[in-house]
Amino acid sequence: MTHFFSMRGLLPIAGAAVTALSGCVTPPQPLYHWGDFQAQQYAYFKSEIGPEEGIQRLEKVRENAKAKGLPVPPGMQAHLGLLYGQTGRTDLFEQSLLAEKQQFPESAAYVDFLLKKTPKQ
Amino acid sequence: MKATPSHPRRFAAPLAAALLLGACATPRTVPSDYTAFKEARPASILVLPPLNSSPDVNATYSMMSQATFPLAESGYYVFPVTLVDETFKQNGLSSPPDIHGVSITRLRDIFGADAALYINVRQYGTSYVIVSSETRVTADAKLVDLRSGKVLWTGTATASSAEGNNNSGGGLVGMLVRAAIRQIAETVTNQGHVVAGQTSVRLLSAGRPNGILFGPRSLKPLKESVPAQ
Repeated sequence: MTHFFSMRGLLPIAGAAVTALSGCVTPPQPLYHWGDFQAQQYAYFKSEIGPEEGIQRLEKVRENAKAKGLPVPPGMQAHLGLLYGQTGRTDLFEQSLLAEKQQFPESAAYVDFLLKKTPKQ
Repeated sequence: MKATPSHPRRFAAPLAAALLLGACATPRTVPSDYTAFKEARPASILVLPPLNSSPDVNATYSMMSQATFPLAESGYYVFPVTLVDETFKQNGLSSPPDIHGVSITRLRDIFGADAALYINVRQYGTSYVIVSSETRVTADAKLVDLRSGKVLWTGTATASSAEGNNNSGGGLVGMLVRAAIRQIAETVTNQGHVVAGQTSVRLLSAGRPNGILFGPRSLKPLKESVPAQ
């Protein structure tokens, strides 16, 4: 039964469907590489994941984004900064927040607010 | 069609038609008024911790952690939800109703956001019927301009585990629903959280009837910004 729906059989159909769709809807492409960023934010909220593990996993998402040539999503570098801050690495906290601000100037006021509030060590 | 009965192409025409209809069909609903939204053209959205009217304590953060994806893919800058939550806590605000009561002037001063998104999760959880169980998540949202205080948009969406995963449709929203499921399927076994991801995409993706408009970071041309009515 499964061979009815094998990828080989469906590929030309999918192609035709995409072509047909372009008449009314452009075939969508994601703007960002997400990896498991949102799942990690949820794990952070639920305290299921420590900052060290979070950092490792987010750096992995960043590497994969680079390999795919896609930007990382809004908030990812800032979240990474938060995790660095929690491990006491204030230089990387600041660096990550500035990277967020550079990638997304919309965050400038908030990043400045956060950097001003964090005492230098 | 010359396809033999066992050939997969037999299923091709209905499938393609379904995809086409899914992408282009527009349910008849009362059209939203986008005048204020188009005038304001917000570029950045501050997602506040959602109110939770459901009995499940997980609803607030389940929804909050999955709101960034559809909004960002629709072209908006979305403030980092974990840092935003920490900022409120450091200012003595840890409950969503208190946070929803903060003045727009204060929100604007701290975050510099163009708009704030107020979400209310009305339903989040599993109900058991005779032979099976259904997990349903329903949420309302309101987008408020932090510069003028005007309500730019309101919306509501629901998703259910009983729908299965095959009817997410074509186009941007279908892609986002499938991608949202992929993101969490491997790491989370909580059905409510999976369904909340689908609700979030339906609620907060641009290009849906009565949905939000595309933001400035979207690659969509401006004329496509307003959904077909």
